[in-house]
Amino acid sequence: MSKRVGIEVSIALADVVGMANTDVVAAYPITPQTHIVEHLAELVADGELDAEYIPVESEHSAMSACMGSAAAGARTFTATAGQGLELMHECLYVASAMRLPVVMAVANRALSAPISVWGDHSDVMACRDTGWIQIFTENGQEVVDTALCAFRISEDNNVLLPTMVHLDGFHLSHVIEPIIMPEQSQVDAFLPPNKYPFFLDPARPQAMGDFAPPAIYTETKWAQEVNLQKSKETVLKAWKEFAEIFGREYKPVESYRCEDAKILLLTMGSYSETAMTAIDKMREQGDGENVGLLRLRLWRPFPTDELRKAVENADVLIILDRALSFGSAGGPVGMEIKSALYDVSKKPRIVNFVGGLGGRDITVGNFEELIKKGIDIAGNGSENEFEIFGVRE
Amino acid sequence: MENCTIYVPRLITKKENFAPGHRACIGCGEALAVRLAFKAIGQNVIVVNATGCVEIFTSQLPYTSWRVPWIHTLFENTAAVASGIESARKAMIRKGIIQDTKTKIVAIAGDGGTIDIGLQALSGAMERGHDFLYICFDNEAYMNTGIQRSSATPFGASTTTSPAGKESIGQFAWKKDMPAIAVAHNIPYVATANPSYPFDLMAKVKKGLEAKGPAYIQILSACPTGWGCPGELSVKIGRLAAKTGVFPLYEVENGKYSITVDFPKLLPITEYTSLQKRFRHLQPEMLEQIQQKVVRKYEELKEKTEMSGCCGQTGTEE
Ligand SMILES: Cc1ncc(C[n+]2csc(CCOP(=O)(O)OP(=O)(O)O)c2C)c(N)n1
Ligand code: SF4
Ligand SMILES: [Mg+2]
Repeated sequence: MSKRVGIEVSIALADVVGMANTDVVAAYPITPQTHIVEHLAELVADGELDAEYIPVESEHSAMSACMGSAAAGARTFTATAGQGLELMHECLYVASAMRLPVVMAVANRALSAPISVWGDHSDVMACRDTGWIQIFTENGQEVVDTALCAFRISEDNNVLLPTMVHLDGFHLSHVIEPIIMPEQSQVDAFLPPNKYPFFLDPARPQAMGDFAPPAIYTETKWAQEVNLQKSKETVLKAWKEFAEIFGREYKPVESYRCEDAKILLLTMGSYSETAMTAIDKMREQGDGENVGLLRLRLWRPFPTDELRKAVENADVLIILDRALSFGSAGGPVGMEIKSALYDVSKKPRIVNFVGGLGGRDITVGNFEELIKKGIDIAGNGSENEFEIFGVRE
Repeated sequence: MENCTIYVPRLITKKENFAPGHRACIGCGEALAVRLAFKAIGQNVIVVNATGCVEIFTSQLPYTSWRVPWIHTLFENTAAVASGIESARKAMIRKGIIQDTKTKIVAIAGDGGTIDIGLQALSGAMERGHDFLYICFDNEAYMNTGIQRSSATPFGASTTTSPAGKESIGQFAWKKDMPAIAVAHNIPYVATANPSYPFDLMAKVKKGLEAKGPAYIQILSACPTGWGCPGELSVKIGRLAAKTGVFPLYEVENGKYSITVDFPKLLPITEYTSLQKRFRHLQPEMLEQIQQKVVRKYEELKEKTEMSGCCGQTGTEE
């Protein structure tokens, strides 16, 4: 039986990447991702993981080396955050378009300027459209489990797409949590060896990454879109089989105390745990209406059907974004959900907040305040499309 | 010697790993250089190509000119992609996932993709010591995007972003000495070559492949479109680049310099510059200044060769 241990989430994540028998790690350090890549370097140095660790000179080269490694057929991992993810930006599109199953942990961090090492989702949202599968995690256990699932999903020959595992910088990456570490036998049962079908091989010459004239570019992009949308089937299948082996179940949209709730709060990442506490408290106090929590775990491909179903009985949906989309009509998640619900005839009134920027805490009390404010705006209307929660103007 | 010049070409494979039918301009020196290099490289190779003329003229979907495994991702990251492939194969061979087929990794890029935007990735890959050969096809500008200057553009050359004009002599800086930068990384093999000297080029490519660790070869590749010369003069201009000392042919094995095709008496640079429109605007004083610098640089190279204890050989490939 696997047992629960108290362990720093970054270390647990690196350990599980090791248990996945990863072949290549190419990474460049950036706070708050450093503990992940340092521990991987240590595992390789101590002979506990038989892999090549490439200490590249930048994140652009980290992702480039990962693309080469995945194209050569190796199980490939990297991790980054914030500015590092931005420096990789151009490579991210290529990794997905060329169907290279790289797995990357992103210890979500705010973007400069001003420079901030603390967490929010600005880095993710800037990479929203890069064609990667993207999964958010709420706690250390989810980080470990999602990393294992990520290899399984990315390398599945029906998918062959890269996956980002998002964990909130510091709030998740640097905390010690009780985590059930998997047994090696469970990992081996769940995760088959990587069998990349197009690996570069002189015995079967092939060209990858050619130049596309207008007569063919649209079709290549269409194929990519179909493939990413379809990958949801494999994500669901992997989670189902994961549950069979490990006993923990995952869904694209998670709900908490939503059965009787007309008011829903939607969050992503680690703040959901605080939000749950706030909801429990509000229900205990019996002040006002019953509130439930939705947590968006699968960000790409976007789980439109699951989301529509999750909100079908709600009157109000309060969305907390942790990034700004400057000069636009809302937070990135808020806008996305509004457009996903536009064609649905019965839909809740949506209130969009942006908060928790650059590592600013949202406490249980803050969540209560935010929910009440959301209900108020839903009832009385507001001139703003969205509000930055708690800003001192 | 005469027998040799008849015999040696017969030893060269007729097999074209770089297939005919590509889309390069007529007389493209890069296409010729790639073809020769891949005769020396053979088929047991994985090629990583940077964005640029070669990539574009060899890969338009749904066709390809490559009879060897080939990958292109971006412009500036070719050395990093190559390092990923090399590391992946190393790990997978060690773990018994694939067999050790002694496959070589060859990265190819233009001067812009190498000496400007790709320098950081290349420096990183050379410093880490990956076992791969990097070939820079140096046509002395960003040709694929329309003849803009790079840091490999020679002093005085007119390009679309260093145009000659009333207030401008054209390219304002001296060509960056990339082979010296490669040498400073203490890698086992660095060389310059030029397709007008095909046997020298192929011998160097073979040496670069066999070197254990990173090898860097910079191949001057005449570009009729960008240099402003008739296509049929590419080979001649390449020869003159060597004979005038503008682009000397040498190699550096484990730090030891040797000039591989030496010319005891250099021709005046005007024999080279006068055939190309990019130098047309240069006045005699400016040409003289360039002439002096070329001679000085060539002498410096000879000194390095002598310090290395290697005497230059007089070129026989005519
Ligand atoms: C990041 C990025 N910047 C700019 C470009 C545009 N670009 C494509 S090829 C090229 C020039 C290539 O020059 P060089 O490497 O010398 O190769 P050549 O075409 O001359 O053979 C440029 C600037 C690009 N593709 N990517
Ligand atoms: S522009 Fe120059 S390098 Fe490019 S294909 Fe034409 S001749 Fe060759
Ligand atoms: Mg060029």
